[in-house]
Amino acid sequence: MLRWLFIAVLSIAVVGVGFWGYQEHQEKNAILIQAENNYQRSFHDLTYHVDSLHDKIGTVLAMNSPRSLSPQLAEIWRITSDAHSEVGQLPLTLLPFNKTEEFLSNIGDFSYRTAVRGLDKEPLTDEETKMLEKLYQQSGDIKRELRNVQHLALENDLRWMDVQLALVNNDEPADNTIIDGFKTVEKNVETFSESSFQEQLNGVSKHADEEIKLKGDKINKDDVKSIAKDLFQLKDGNIKITSSGDGSDIKVYSASFEQENKHGYMDITQKGGYVFSMILNRDIGNKSIGLHDGMKKAEQYLSKLGYENMEAYNSAEYSNVGVYSFAYSADNVRIYPDSVQVKVALDNGDVIGLSARDYLVNHETRDIKEPEITMEEAKKEVNPNVDIQEQSLAVIDNDLGEEVLVYEFLGTMGEDTYRIYINASDGFEERVERLKSTEVKFDTSA
Amino acid sequence: MNGKKLLLCSIVFLLMMMIPLSHFDTVQKSEAFSPRVLQKGSTGDDVIELQSRLQYLGFYNGKIDGLFGWGTYWAVRNFQYEYSLNVDGLVGSETKAKLEKASQFNKQWVHEQLRSGREFTYYGGTPLDKQTKKKDTGGTGQQKNNQQQNNQQQNNQQQNQGNQGNDDTPPEPTSVNVPSGYSQNDIKLLANAVYGEARGESYVGQVAVAAVILNRVESPTFPNTVSGVIFEPRAFTAVSDGQIWLTPNDQAKDAVVDALNGMDPTGEALYYFNPATATSDWIWSRPQIKKIGKHIFCK
Repeated sequence: MLRWLFIAVLSIAVVGVGFWGYQEHQEKNAILIQAENNYQRSFHDLTYHVDSLHDKIGTVLAMNSPRSLSPQLAEIWRITSDAHSEVGQLPLTLLPFNKTEEFLSNIGDFSYRTAVRGLDKEPLTDEETKMLEKLYQQSGDIKRELRNVQHLALENDLRWMDVQLALVNNDEPADNTIIDGFKTVEKNVETFSESSFQEQLNGVSKHADEEIKLKGDKINKDDVKSIAKDLFQLKDGNIKITSSGDGSDIKVYSASFEQENKHGYMDITQKGGYVFSMILNRDIGNKSIGLHDGMKKAEQYLSKLGYENMEAYNSAEYSNVGVYSFAYSADNVRIYPDSVQVKVALDNGDVIGLSARDYLVNHETRDIKEPEITMEEAKKEVNPNVDIQEQSLAVIDNDLGEEVLVYEFLGTMGEDTYRIYINASDGFEERVERLKSTEVKFDTSA
Repeated sequence: MNGKKLLLCSIVFLLMMMIPLSHFDTVQKSEAFSPRVLQKGSTGDDVIELQSRLQYLGFYNGKIDGLFGWGTYWAVRNFQYEYSLNVDGLVGSETKAKLEKASQFNKQWVHEQLRSGREFTYYGGTPLDKQTKKKDTGGTGQQKNNQQQNNQQQNNQQQNQGNQGNDDTPPEPTSVNVPSGYSQNDIKLLANAVYGEARGESYVGQVAVAAVILNRVESPTFPNTVSGVIFEPRAFTAVSDGQIWLTPNDQAKDAVVDALNGMDPTGEALYYFNPATATSDWIWSRPQIKKIGKHIFCK
């Protein structure tokens, strides 16, 4: 009797566990299918978009009138951006696929620049047409390869989840079609030399390949130590110094120290001994000085480091810390590319952060030309609904990555404040920014 | 004997009570603005007062939120222009003195509105009870209290004496500074990612991880948004294994704000990996820039 009871209970338990396990299994499958479907959608969208990209470039080549060219180029730009975002949704991060992504974004840059420049006035040059022909051919190769992968994936019911697992475990499954296909695409793009783009797109990644020149002599580790000791205000010399590796554009020494309640990190350029960036981390007490006094401390600090004619153009307070942006100013022209960020602790006014990369990379003695149009003429280019409050001359990097002399207008329209840059030589509206640096707290009770 | 002692005790006691009261009184009177100079970006108690006073005079039409933003900046400049002060947008002693002379500030009322989270304005010449949007939950007692105060603005000093206890802590500003182009939610998302990826790292190590995410947003080979970069499949282990949903601490948030403000200790790195756990050969082939904490940063 007892035995039968025991068996009955046990079999109910087995059935129950089985049912539970089945449900779990179902749920897991449902989630896997959903994830798989997301990947599938991105993948098929990607192949479709690369296909239509190829088509569109083909049509552009056959087009003649600028009026139809510009919208078509804008369309190419839109498609590349779609394709780019789809690549970002596929689990390819562990796969070298970055050349292809770069290729897509380069096509986007190229078509954007040619589309917005006004092809009526400046039609496509011969070089640009050649460029388009190359892009046409190249995108054709990518399209073919991707369509091929797509075909194989559909034919053999390949799953992206398997690809992901294969990539994670780093093992080579027998059927690796998708990974191999993408690797072929990448290889294809690599052979398409980057230089052919660089000719066309100079300025977009202005400083990426350019060697950054810094004035001054090489410094050694002892120099670094004394600079770091001075700026961190340390008495004992427990500072660790390392040299940056091959990957860095600018060779720096990194100095760091660690104490109980604070630690600091500083990059100093090996050539010239400039402080490239500095971070000092410690607990910050109650605010004892205001944002304005903090700015004076930041100014003193900058002049101590040898920066002259620096002008603060932005300041903000974050929980007992003041953050300031300075730009170099030459004869009342504010040079925005030459900027430095300084962070000041508002409990005692110590500088606890510095980022001088932009200044060190961009700063040079510029030959600033006289503006060709007057302030009044430039004002006429501004939307008449904007109430101009402040005006000055400035140098900015425009959309094409070139430095241009502009009139800078600060104005208001309704409740909003705008910064508007008008090119000082031809009156072109280079950039309009809505200035927003504050936000209502979402959680006022916290 | 006993009665005398009691009397003495109570007198002493009363005197002791008086001292802090009178002391508080003088502080209240002399205190208006703190001595610090206010400029764009400032936050705090005295910015609330500044905005209220500017609104009282009709220069400022924005929200009284305790944060010196662009709206406040233009209001200050217009005020300085109208009162023939040096127009610089800085609120120093001279501007403050002029403001105090020209306007009134019912500190208690304004603070109470801020604390209760109601929408309100503070224009001079309009009765205060017409300047709040009443929330349906607002208790009747509170409203009655308001009306009493409204009748006698000048009397608020005496009233302050009455309930100094709950007026000691000024309300927090209701807005915050955010790095241009980002929202508090972006900061939170980044902080989540940084905390999930590098909570064992030093502060600098966390700034570095945040900087890599931002460098990726800028880079043509990665998605163009913060969320796109963070949620790119297989990009970050903390995202894959769900550690991103841990609650980040304040240090991670500070690190993110630093990175958003331009700090980049990595030298423009796009990748990083932990050499102890990295499985991909490819990542080792990237040109390395430097090592911070446990992570190697590379191009």
